[in-house]
Amino acid sequence: MSETAAGLLFVASLIVALAVVHRPFGDYMHRVYTSPRHNAAERGLYRLLGVRPDAEQSWGVYARALLAFSLVSVLFVYGVQRLQDKLPLSLGMGPVTDHVAWNTAISFVTNTNWQAYSGESTMGHLTQMAALAVQNFVSAAVGMAVAIALVRGFARHKAGTIGNFWVDLVRGTIRILLPIAFVGALVLVAGGVIQNLSGPHEITTLTGGAQAITGGPVASQEVIKELGTNGGGFYNANSAHPFENATSWTNWFEIFLLLVIPFALTRTFGRMVGQVRQGYAILAVMGVIALGSVLLTNAFELSGGGTVPQAVGAAMEGKEVRFGVSGSATFAAATTLTSTGAVNSFHDSFTPFGGMMTLFDMMLGEVAPGGVGSGLYGMLVLAVITVFVAGLMVGRTPEYLGKKIGPREIKLASLYFLVTPVLVLAGTAAAMGSERQRASMLNSGPHGLSEVLYAFTSASGNNGSAFAGLTVNTPWYDVALGLCMVLGRFLPIVLVLALAGSLAVRSPVPEGAGTLPTHRPQFVGLVVGVTVVLVALTFLPALALGPIAEGLS
Amino acid sequence: MEHLPSWIRRHLTALRAVAVLTVLLGLVYPLLTTGVAQALFSDKANGSMTGHGSALVGQSFTGKDGAPVRKYFQSRPSAGDHDPTATGASNLGPEDVIDTPARKSLLTQVCARSLAVGELEGVSGARPYCTPDGIGAVLKVFPGRAVSVNQACPAVPFVTSYEGLEVECARPGEDHAAGRTVPVRGNVTAVQVPADAVTAGGSGLDPHISVTYADLQAPRVARERGLALGRVRALIGEHTTGRALGFIGEPAVDVLELNLALDRG
Repeated sequence: MSETAAGLLFVASLIVALAVVHRPFGDYMHRVYTSPRHNAAERGLYRLLGVRPDAEQSWGVYARALLAFSLVSVLFVYGVQRLQDKLPLSLGMGPVTDHVAWNTAISFVTNTNWQAYSGESTMGHLTQMAALAVQNFVSAAVGMAVAIALVRGFARHKAGTIGNFWVDLVRGTIRILLPIAFVGALVLVAGGVIQNLSGPHEITTLTGGAQAITGGPVASQEVIKELGTNGGGFYNANSAHPFENATSWTNWFEIFLLLVIPFALTRTFGRMVGQVRQGYAILAVMGVIALGSVLLTNAFELSGGGTVPQAVGAAMEGKEVRFGVSGSATFAAATTLTSTGAVNSFHDSFTPFGGMMTLFDMMLGEVAPGGVGSGLYGMLVLAVITVFVAGLMVGRTPEYLGKKIGPREIKLASLYFLVTPVLVLAGTAAAMGSERQRASMLNSGPHGLSEVLYAFTSASGNNGSAFAGLTVNTPWYDVALGLCMVLGRFLPIVLVLALAGSLAVRSPVPEGAGTLPTHRPQFVGLVVGVTVVLVALTFLPALALGPIAEGLS
Repeated sequence: MEHLPSWIRRHLTALRAVAVLTVLLGLVYPLLTTGVAQALFSDKANGSMTGHGSALVGQSFTGKDGAPVRKYFQSRPSAGDHDPTATGASNLGPEDVIDTPARKSLLTQVCARSLAVGELEGVSGARPYCTPDGIGAVLKVFPGRAVSVNQACPAVPFVTSYEGLEVECARPGEDHAAGRTVPVRGNVTAVQVPADAVTAGGSGLDPHISVTYADLQAPRVARERGLALGRVRALIGEHTTGRALGFIGEPAVDVLELNLALDRG
């Protein structure tokens, strides 16, 4: 079988697997977030936290609880890194430098998992387990909570509240992420991913050399890194490392994990608003964009454009033999379409247009299917913008899911959309305007600009992958990218929660002759169009100076 | 607690939440997973170790002088010298074709590796965009002159003329940035050294090589060991992992396991 045929079957088998679990898993998550009952373990947790689980919160209270939790998390993760040499299992690693520790704390709390450090030479086992991996769980649960809160805004009528943050956080963690992570970790170990608490130990190679074989609780972190669309690798090489991704089938499994929640949440959404077909429409938008991107990335990588891939005969630089070109390209598309940012191959060495696809995926706002939770809320905001645009065309007041979309909602949605482009373009401009920041580029010419553009896109979109040639563990980049991560995460979240609050109080309007049906292929096509056109208008000039210039030269 | 201002209460709740969830997700979960993994799959959970390192972690089969040990199959190039404490890739882009005093371009690295592997295996190491002496074949074209930018004087340029311009060698210290970059494909059609032999993997620890690269090395290893070629080919087959379920990933040969099997005889 040719590599192209095998690659297509690989993608097809992923689609089948995602389709099989879509309904049962989406329905399960629906029960998790709507059930009025708390189980015994949860009641115990609420007592420890001192919260009343049945107390509903307005959007403002919800947002303040979320921000307080994130702030304390940042301080905790920062503290553990700075004090790791005084804690157990440090493996002799010293305290993490202040600017790297700040960047890393922000990075994991915002579900970005940008890594300005190299795991195997910076973080002890306790830091990895008790600081970084914990955020892999809870930052994912926070993203899901925000999405569910927005869906409640559509589903509720004349309501002043959108749920309880602590309940959503605990339930998402305990009932969804933790059980899958535990089973998934064991599956990964069965494939060869390591799970132990040893430090590096010296062995003698076959020809008499020395090599330090590293240890660590890798599988338990790897599984949640994909499932929670986080992406922060235990090792610098991330999912290219054989101890993180040992075989071709663990590679399949990891891609499945990073797509499963974002796609299944559309079912949860459909169930919660009482119209399953609305969920399918959103799923169709995500699916069309995702499939297009996966196929294009594969096509560009397999055709091996660019001088070096032509000289080599295949785009194999930075790719592992067991995954092959196609298994690497599919992973790259999946990790940038979601907000994961894990990599099993190094995007910096991709063909010019293959590398551009990974950038473009992130610029789409990571909505197809996007990060856990953040993908759904991003896509719903785009749907709101789409009904507004469609309303302008025919001169009707826009409605979505029975709710009138008024000026306040449109302002919130527009501000949401503007946050990321402003951060990306301003950040890139600031870096390119300074001699010293330009010196961080590894590659020269248009590819150097791509490295910087990629870094700011990745940080602002909370992705975390990199054109990793760029030297980013400098104080300037750590601070600038840290700010992009904070603003790129929490400004949109506050805007979405405000949108949820303002929708929840509205009473439903009956469907009329002028109502745009939002479950038909026509609407799906419109949302896809709006998404792609908005991104193209925003980022095409920047892309033209980077990957497009490189690919056409 | 009820008499405290609400913002303080909120942060105290957050503090408790972080503490409780850290114990559950940061200690109980990973330690329980470790315990179960060690009980069920202790060999794999501990890194699939052989007598000479991990079967999953690539190592170099070179001697103390850095030259390939001829009786062993060789690994792919590594961006990090096969050091598990410094993993990663080269991160050099597809148009990284011009050498600088600080480092060789990716193109030149590929050309040089191809030449070396070709010499070791007794086949031609020629590739497109490479000079016969294993350097990136790249011109910088200015109005009225062309420079073979990776060949420092007094080297003889790989072509004598380009579009009517005489091609010069690169004078050290001269700035060629303003010229137009023109990689020259040349007329190599049959490439005998496979792609994975001339590129570094993603991890710096790729434990595998392609079946094509293993087949290329088989005659040399058989000769060095006085084994029949068929026997070496059979061992390659035994240590090849095919595509999972017939379509997942690419067939790959585990180099350490293959070499260990050869040593066992």
